[in-house]
Amino acid sequence: MTVEHVDGDDRGDVLLYALSTCQWCRKTKELLIELGVAFDYIYVDLLEGSELETVFEEVKTYNPRVSFPTLVINGRSIAGFQEEAIREALGN
Amino acid sequence: MKPEDIPDEEVDRRYRQLDEEAETGGYHLNPDTAFTRSLVRGLIVNERRYGYMGCPCRLNTGNKEKDLDIICPCDYRDPDLADFDACYCALYVTEPILTGQKELRPLPERRPPPEERAHLQRPAPARLSLPLPVLRCRVCGYLCARTEPPEICPICRATKERFERFIE
Repeated sequence: MTVEHVDGDDRGDVLLYALSTCQWCRKTKELLIELGVAFDYIYVDLLEGSELETVFEEVKTYNPRVSFPTLVINGRSIAGFQEEAIREALGN
Repeated sequence: MKPEDIPDEEVDRRYRQLDEEAETGGYHLNPDTAFTRSLVRGLIVNERRYGYMGCPCRLNTGNKEKDLDIICPCDYRDPDLADFDACYCALYVTEPILTGQKELRPLPERRPPPEERAHLQRPAPARLSLPLPVLRCRVCGYLCARTEPPEICPICRATKERFERFIE
């Protein structure tokens, strides 16, 4: 599994499902970096075959539209670059 | 194929081309040039990866028929411009955003979820017994009375497979 990690403050499980070509995904990633939060991210468009299928189904459980970015913060999912909701979920 | 693999000159060329085409058809590209350049780069990546210019903010499958609705310009662009002043990825924006009267905000995904898409029924054409069928561009609504669609929509430059029979 191609999961990348970014170091920072531990706020629990923070996982970003993103596309490498998407600018709202980039903004979400940059916001997390700016907030100094430790998080993992997966570029779903760079996955292939069964790995892609597994992650696709995983995203669907959090966000039935399977849109990107889908950010999962301690089990709570936020679809799209919703800056306020992200800050609030991280306690910023 | 990753965004950084595309040379800057190629991005610039495509950017200028898309901008010219957009303005000719009465559309506008996002005036945030850094943001828009990155989206254009993403479109080129998808064109290389999948063989068509799939939306950079949506997951493309590589199956052109399945992704037809998200090939740029997507089927959802014009309704999103009407409701949110930008298309989903924000490559295209309305005049108020172009001129800075309105602020660009991220918008919700309008494309139906995968299960709904699989069962989506296209509306049947209306029947009027016209001498020629009326064809409609699903992207911009352009109508023409002819037996086959144009190669490229003269308004939004969507390709012929994006046309549907509207009246026959």
